[in-house]
Amino acid sequence: MADPVTHPVLQLTGIRKSYGSGETESEILHGIDLRLERGEFAALIGPSGSGKSTLLNLIGLLDRPSGGQLFIDGQETGQLDDTGLTRLRGQRIGFVFQHHHLIPAFTALENVAMPLLVARGRPDAEMFEQAGRLLDQVGLAERKQNLANQLSGGQQQRVAIARALAMSPSLVLADEPTGNLDTHSADDVFALLREVNTRLNTTFLIVTHDRRLAARCDRIIEMVDGDIVADDRVHDKLPA
Amino acid sequence: MKSWMPFEWIAAIRFLREGRMQSLLIIVGVGVGVAVIVFMSALLSGLQANLVKRTLSSQAHIVLLPPEEIARPQSPAAGISLRLQKQAQRLRSIDQWQQIQARLEGLPNIAAISPMASGPAFVVRGDANKAITLLGIDPVRYSGVIALPERMVAGQLRVGAGEAVIGIELAKDLGADIGDKIRVTTAGDATETFTVTGLFDLGNKGVNARNVYVSLRSAQSLLDLVGGVSSIDISLHDIDEAERLASKIAAETGLTADSWIKTNAQFVTALTSQRVSSNVIRFFIGLSVAFGIASVLVVSVIQRAREIGILRAMGASQGQMLRIFLLQGGIVGFFGSLLGSGLAWTFLMLWRLMARNADGSPMFVIGVDPGLVAIAAGGASLVGILAALLPARRAARLDPVVAIRG
Repeated sequence: MADPVTHPVLQLTGIRKSYGSGETESEILHGIDLRLERGEFAALIGPSGSGKSTLLNLIGLLDRPSGGQLFIDGQETGQLDDTGLTRLRGQRIGFVFQHHHLIPAFTALENVAMPLLVARGRPDAEMFEQAGRLLDQVGLAERKQNLANQLSGGQQQRVAIARALAMSPSLVLADEPTGNLDTHSADDVFALLREVNTRLNTTFLIVTHDRRLAARCDRIIEMVDGDIVADDRVHDKLPA
Repeated sequence: MKSWMPFEWIAAIRFLREGRMQSLLIIVGVGVGVAVIVFMSALLSGLQANLVKRTLSSQAHIVLLPPEEIARPQSPAAGISLRLQKQAQRLRSIDQWQQIQARLEGLPNIAAISPMASGPAFVVRGDANKAITLLGIDPVRYSGVIALPERMVAGQLRVGAGEAVIGIELAKDLGADIGDKIRVTTAGDATETFTVTGLFDLGNKGVNARNVYVSLRSAQSLLDLVGGVSSIDISLHDIDEAERLASKIAAETGLTADSWIKTNAQFVTALTSQRVSSNVIRFFIGLSVAFGIASVLVVSVIQRAREIGILRAMGASQGQMLRIFLLQGGIVGFFGSLLGSGLAWTFLMLWRLMARNADGSPMFVIGVDPGLVAIAAGGASLVGILAALLPARRAARLDPVVAIRG
């Protein structure tokens, strides 16, 4: 496997995605080129139907592109079968969703440990220690044994962030992470993402409608009708 | 979270526990199905065993008779058409019966062998005159074949010289009781007087009116079979083997060997068709249990689509998702079968209390076979897993993108 340090966390070249076939075929993404370096904190914005979610699903290895190449940590993903994609996804990518973040049948601690449990097959003490540390870091030390649906929206999203970090992924994909929260909780959650980014140097790609939040990212990638139309570095944190 | 449990088990159990009402309902549904199957099986095998026992209480499992006498033309000349008249079968002794008896004793699966001299006769007492079957027996050997001592209602099973044991119907017809004298006459005009020493009730009116047991020696002299026996009764440990063993004995000895299966062909057919129809019922109950489990799991997969999608996004494989739902089916089947076995046991206990003869004795004994419970548990778990196959595949193939968005 390629050495993750020397490669960009994410590299897309000429990524296309179309649905249907023949006359009903419609192309959603028209050849996307994108590169995310280690530690970047990027926002992906654009109107509904611009292809943001489709792109995020491709990057998250939940779906396959119709054309083009997709590298995660330097590894080309086009040749991988479903098992290989699933494994790579589990190890390298963390997800934070807008809705239905957690599995309600499990406690906060168990939800955070879930990616480790899925990967290792059996529970062990170490995974719960790690999950506990992550929950401490997102400020939910007191809520470890609560069932997921006994937590407030903001708390659930914090648990989801802790869960996304459980496998120490290279890349965290967040789809409208604050879309379902009130302004106060949204600010808290966003601050948490930022803090993780700074502390662990984890790369973030955040899909959002909220220009106010996007403006607080280092980089804003804007999509319209299946193309990237703008890619601005807001803070000159990283050399262009 | 139990540390020895694999992820799939943990998830399956949590999902079932979370959907408490659904899980409970389907487990009860499985339980009712299993209870009916177990109860029906126990009832049926108890009933059949009882019927077979009653039928065989006055019958040997295999009866050996001398070979049929066949008329043989002396020298069939060419061009002459022969019309053979079937020969009338006279009462004959089995050739070399002691040797045959000794040989039978060496065979496996034989519980008892009872040689017997039997033939038609009349019994006279006062003005009453009845046709009977005279049976000369060795009471100890005969008791091994037919449980006559248990069926004595008065007196005792004693057939010394000049002693006879008769059925309650015959006793009624003759107006005879213990200690009374009866006179037995055969077609060959031999006559002997017997004292009635016991009355039996074999549960069959015909047998009770007809059979008269005397000593082997008395019957031999009355029937003109001195030193001979007209049949050998055999009882077996495994009655289902009767037909096979009868053919074997017939082939080896040249005697006619009739098994109870052949002589009660209609009865055996009735038992078999009863078993077949109950298997059909069991099959359909199993099928409806399977559909019940499948439908609950299909709904569960739809309800949990998002969770499945999230688990897939976290790196759970299709195989893991498949196993989670297969396990749910198996667990539901297993616990349903435990509940069902418990219910069936309760039904059977109630049945034992309710189904009683007029005298208060149990109508027939039904045992709860632990093996049957184990089979029910294993079978229901398997049915659960099979029923879960379709929903589980659906869960495994769920597109995580659609699932998460949904």
